[in-house]
Amino acid sequence: MHWMDHLLIVPIVLPLAAGAFLLFLDERRRALKAAISIASTLALLVVAILLLEFASAQSPDAPALAGVYRLGNWPAPFGIVLVVDRLSALMVTLTSVLALASLVFSLARWHRAGTHFHSLFLFLLVGLNGAFLTGDLFNLFVFFELLLVASYGLVLHGSGIRRVKAALPYIVVNLAASLLFLIGVSLIYGATGTLNMADLATRIPQVAAHNRTLLEAGAAILGIAFLTKAGMWPLGFWLPSTYSAAVAPVAAIFSIMTKVGVYVVLRLWLLLFGSASGALAHFGREWLLVGGLATVAFGIIGMLASKSLARRASHAVLISSGTVLAAIAMGHASVTGTALFYLVSSTLALCAFFMLIELAERGRQPEADAAESKGASPAESDEETMAETGKTGFAIPATMVVLEISFLGCALLLAGLPPLSGFVAKFALLTALLNSPGPGAAGAISPASWALLVLVIGAGLATIIGLTQAGIRAFWQPQDRAVPRVRFIEIVPVGVLLLVCAILTIQAGPVMNYMQSTAQSIHEPSNYVHGVLTTSHGQSPADKGDS
Amino acid sequence: MEIVLALGIGVLAGSGVWLLLRPRTYQVIIGLALLSYAVNLFIFAMGRLQVGMSPVLSAAQAGNPTHYADPLPQALVLTAIVISFATTALLLVVLLASRGFTGTDHVDGTKEPQGHDRDPDREREEK
Repeated sequence: MHWMDHLLIVPIVLPLAAGAFLLFLDERRRALKAAISIASTLALLVVAILLLEFASAQSPDAPALAGVYRLGNWPAPFGIVLVVDRLSALMVTLTSVLALASLVFSLARWHRAGTHFHSLFLFLLVGLNGAFLTGDLFNLFVFFELLLVASYGLVLHGSGIRRVKAALPYIVVNLAASLLFLIGVSLIYGATGTLNMADLATRIPQVAAHNRTLLEAGAAILGIAFLTKAGMWPLGFWLPSTYSAAVAPVAAIFSIMTKVGVYVVLRLWLLLFGSASGALAHFGREWLLVGGLATVAFGIIGMLASKSLARRASHAVLISSGTVLAAIAMGHASVTGTALFYLVSSTLALCAFFMLIELAERGRQPEADAAESKGASPAESDEETMAETGKTGFAIPATMVVLEISFLGCALLLAGLPPLSGFVAKFALLTALLNSPGPGAAGAISPASWALLVLVIGAGLATIIGLTQAGIRAFWQPQDRAVPRVRFIEIVPVGVLLLVCAILTIQAGPVMNYMQSTAQSIHEPSNYVHGVLTTSHGQSPADKGDS
Repeated sequence: MEIVLALGIGVLAGSGVWLLLRPRTYQVIIGLALLSYAVNLFIFAMGRLQVGMSPVLSAAQAGNPTHYADPLPQALVLTAIVISFATTALLLVVLLASRGFTGTDHVDGTKEPQGHDRDPDREREEK
């Protein structure tokens, strides 16, 4: 048995085993727990990059799958399969990068704020990787529940009245969404008779007319469950309070949780309701589009109206999620490709931003917050002081300089301004929107594209306004505050994530090519379906030349 | 038989949703429990309702799937029950923690009733 045959199961089994083992260790052995946790996350990153290389080595004409892993060696429609293609490999790699950054950040102090942080974190990674790799609908439910339960524990990490008050609605809303997930899955099973995603893709065009309503209802209810996770507009009111109440490393890893919902919508919508699905083609497209646009609008309003940095960041999460949803709903492979680039860039930026917020707000005194909420501006008194004493400048501590530069980087990324990858992403998205053929008149740009274009630019403007306001308040207003004590291990993950975004800009060509070929392969799912259903002994990255 | 099961699922789901929207956390948990009963019955019903179908293959009739109860929804229901059980336990712990921190069992964690829960007579007395 070639060891590479089992590479697909490693992202699921490794954190599971490590997290379970950590439960047996006494809570006081923090160094050992941290070491095991970091080691397994590093191993995850290596495996994810290997999977990414195997996936990108496939040529566009060849089957787009890097591997199919049959659990229990049962053939596809009856057994559960794990599938790695370009999209899954991309998401697993993104998860590993974010996990490593958040974990390193947490080692400074936050992992001590409660019990079992590392185990919960690793179980969250199991759920995330499983959700990205699975090819079966109910297996997706199981991994979803795993990641949700781990997230409930992580949201409560650090305890305190504010966190518990914010966690209760988060848990209840997600439990209700899980019940909707079950209803949707069972309706789909009742209408088609299978739960395997590839098998569903072949059966949906052949569904009898009297079962079609059941299938549409099931798909719609299933969509609501995922879109609640993605924070789509009428379903996402839980998001700002939850993300701003969580501790910094937890909020940082949560930046990928909305993207799980977006990934599932992308995968299932194009697989099950693509253009080859007969009467059900593009089911729900208008709802997805309107919901995505409304989410961006809601995020814009929230970004401008929020008073605290953490809430602004959560609304930035909503803006990012809504943009990707609306772009997916356009239904063109070129737009989807740029949306994937935007997804990666904004998720990395948000992860760094959540960590940075905690660092920046560490030095704030409670009196400063009270003065700001009353609208006091101490600028006038400082000018008089400077005129009296004749001082012309004041020394800025090195910590503040580093934090300010990082904040500037995050703001540029989130707003989509040059020179970082946020600009490349938005520019590419807008270009693709203006160049894609609309569903209406040939050659004309559809109203939906115009709406998304206006909202994307508006979101950039709102982000600039909101983050500039917040940044001036946080860094430039001279107030009585202590310089925050920032440890090296806390600023390094932020710096590394911003560096990754800078590399994304420099290497934007190859990355965008990868995203475009990913989008092509998910818009033409016949390779996926063929690969999953006809693999005889499981297709592994080791024999990618065979089929 | 279908109407009985449908009515049962409907009553459970309706009660569950109504309780889920109440302001006290205990009502919310009972509502979620009722909803999970309804959903589990629904999943089971998706395997098609039959009377007297055995779940185990017998040697004489092996090979004809119409003679057997569908095993897949049963597996789905078992998984869903186990997961709901664990999450209900977790939610109970959070409820208790919230009660301890805020001193009230209101879902918002506030002592004052808000919205239509406000009692005008009591407020008139307190003024």
